[in-house]
Amino acid sequence: METYTVIVLLLAATIRVATPLLLAALAGMFSERAGIIDLGLEGKMLGAAFAAASVSAVSGSAWLGLGVGVLTAIALSLLLGFACVTHRGNQVVAAVAVNIVVGGLGPTLALAWFSLGGQTPQLDAAGQRFTALIWPWALSAREVPLPGLLYAELLSGHNLVVYLAAVLVPAAAWVLYRTRFGLRLRAVGENPQAVDTAGISVTALRYQAMIISGGLCGVAGTYLSIAASSGFVRDMTAGKGYLALAALIFGKWRPYPTLGACLLFAFTDALAVRLQGVPLPIVGVIPVQFILALPYVLTVLLLAGFVGRAIAPRAIGVPYTKER
Amino acid sequence: MTADAPLKPPALELRGIDKRFGSVHANRAISFAVAAGSVHGLIGENGAGKSTLMNIVYGFHRPDAGVILVNGREVEIHSPQDAISAGIGMVHQHFMLVENFTVLENVLLGVEGGPLLARGLARARMELQKIGRDYGLEVPLDALVGTLPVGLQQRVEILKALHRGAGILILDEPTAVLTPQETDQFFRMLGRLRDQGRTVLLVTHKLREIMAITDRVTVMRQGAVVAEVVTASTSPRELAEKMVGRAVLLQVKKGELRAGPALLSVRNLSVRDSAGALRVKHMSFEVRAGEIVAIAGVAGNGQSELLEVLAGMGVSTSGEIFMGGFDLVATAADPRRRRELGLAHVPEDRLRVGVVPGFSAQANLILGYQDRAAFNRGGLMNDGAILADCERKMAAYDVRPPLPGLRLSAFSGGNQQKLVIAREVDCEPQVLLVGQPTRGVDIGAIEFIHHRLVALRDAGKAILLISVELDEILGLADRILVMAGGEITGELSRAEATEEKIGLLMAGVRGEGRA
Repeated sequence: METYTVIVLLLAATIRVATPLLLAALAGMFSERAGIIDLGLEGKMLGAAFAAASVSAVSGSAWLGLGVGVLTAIALSLLLGFACVTHRGNQVVAAVAVNIVVGGLGPTLALAWFSLGGQTPQLDAAGQRFTALIWPWALSAREVPLPGLLYAELLSGHNLVVYLAAVLVPAAAWVLYRTRFGLRLRAVGENPQAVDTAGISVTALRYQAMIISGGLCGVAGTYLSIAASSGFVRDMTAGKGYLALAALIFGKWRPYPTLGACLLFAFTDALAVRLQGVPLPIVGVIPVQFILALPYVLTVLLLAGFVGRAIAPRAIGVPYTKER
Repeated sequence: MTADAPLKPPALELRGIDKRFGSVHANRAISFAVAAGSVHGLIGENGAGKSTLMNIVYGFHRPDAGVILVNGREVEIHSPQDAISAGIGMVHQHFMLVENFTVLENVLLGVEGGPLLARGLARARMELQKIGRDYGLEVPLDALVGTLPVGLQQRVEILKALHRGAGILILDEPTAVLTPQETDQFFRMLGRLRDQGRTVLLVTHKLREIMAITDRVTVMRQGAVVAEVVTASTSPRELAEKMVGRAVLLQVKKGELRAGPALLSVRNLSVRDSAGALRVKHMSFEVRAGEIVAIAGVAGNGQSELLEVLAGMGVSTSGEIFMGGFDLVATAADPRRRRELGLAHVPEDRLRVGVVPGFSAQANLILGYQDRAAFNRGGLMNDGAILADCERKMAAYDVRPPLPGLRLSAFSGGNQQKLVIAREVDCEPQVLLVGQPTRGVDIGAIEFIHHRLVALRDAGKAILLISVELDEILGLADRILVMAGGEITGELSRAEATEEKIGLLMAGVRGEGRA
């Protein structure tokens, strides 16, 4: 294969890997900007992945799967909100609890319902998955060297959720910086007292943020099980929720830098896949374990020093109580 | 405008407001009225129930009984939103600002005027420019609030209230963060607000401010209104007596200054904070035996960092601290070593640094001294000796209630501070570092604490006092160092010190030329 073909395919893979990360990171942006540490991204995604795959398998409709996946993640998000906002519980503990429960509940229910060893049935019938959308003339454009290939592989040929994620970045930025809701959301993560004294309900705002976070996690999870693959398997999020959180911190809780961070993480991931078994100059073949660890090593390095100071929303992690 | 004033109903009237928190009766049937277009003072000690009352008026708490009337009409205030719609604006002691928002965004929060921001921002900008011109309240609208000095942040709070159309402005301890000059400027601004027909309710514990600006004053004590007087017909002494419920000495009697050799010398000391900013810059000074040296300054100008480094809790970047022939910096003396050398420390932040709130009074009284032979027997604590020591100190320092086993957090602020003072003074230190000794302490306890500090000085010990209360500094100090921006901007003897001179130095204006 020619070099530029390799690069274009690598970039196309980057976009596919980045999509769930980006959706989860945007989800985290809403909840964390509202002052709630969102370690539950992982569990919410996983729950949605399971629900979407199950519903799609039973009903035969990917859209119904998406709907139920989103509702499931919203329900989990509201559960977290109930623990952290209403009952002022410890946000980290509550989120870890949700992650553990979902991690166990998904495979258990799958085993009970489908008897396939904790997986959901293979989704291969038409309409059960979100499949790649081929843009007009994409197939013939492939024959034209660089511009055609870029069009065919990079712009065309992704499923609906990928395009949705791309649109959601400017949408999130617009909501955050140009709307009343965004102003209040940013304020409540910085100084909830100021929001309260301005006559706005801190609780309502935080629940709204949790609903948005749940919805976005729902799309991300659905993507994993019925768009990027064809069914739910145990632990299929594989730490993507935590990686999304790292991307969010790396992006300093802002939409566009977060997009950049997600693309960077996804690129290392895509690169790792491509490098497996390929001999490199000087070092030779790198053991696959090292390559697979690359995105995580990069995360640690970036967060440890290269980011500069990431200043979190000031009130993050602190349940709001009116002072006496 | 005074002629028709009696015809108008009061801008704000409280009738029979009553509130209990569990066993604490915070407000007892409070009734008073604030005349429209006046500046009304509400004065009382910490814990007198002022804050509870204001939180009720602003909708943070619901009263158990009583009604609130605004401009003669009864209003139900269930939330801050209700208070705002009734025309009540509140400037809290701790500002309710989002620091990484611009001034404009802060003012807009809660009154955005629609789901999108653009139009509201434009409208607010125009209105704020007008308000700014009318009242002399100009603020850079696009600056991030966190980068503004506190004086300007306070303006932002007032702008917020005015932008919401507040006819009644409640100000809770507004001058705590201001220099004397800023305070004067602030009062002039309040005067302009009054002249334009707004009503101001000033909540404070500072007698001087009540005398300077208010028309009438309501005095609270132990949750009840004990007096309401016309300011012009009263005196600070009378108000203080009403606040405390007995005669108080506003001045402490001190013996003649008989300063001895320097017990603590600081040379060229610099301190950097964790963010790398230089908070204390090349400070040099001495504290001699038998004198009280006070460091004055607006909070946040490096005093806290200085105190921490002297006490051994923080690390200096460069410089020397000499005590009894030892360089504490070079020998890397930890707080315990410093204590052995005769350095005692009453920390600024009593509850976080000075005590363990969940421990009993007697346990708190040996913190830092728990290794002394008197408190130990074999490898165990000598509980009998600790109890006896606590009982003795509680009697000597008038701690109420005198219960050694009582949890420290159950004592009032004044009694907690008496316990800390008892612990640090009773061991007869050579040098005593004291930070904000009377913060959150009632007048009776202030009097007592001041007497104790002066007695230690008269016994020939050296005291370094750090305080943001000018009255306290002028009352106690023999020598005053003024800090601004991490540096000593001037040194004044007690005889030459005036509030005005100190104020200018606090603002960073050096030299005698402008004083």
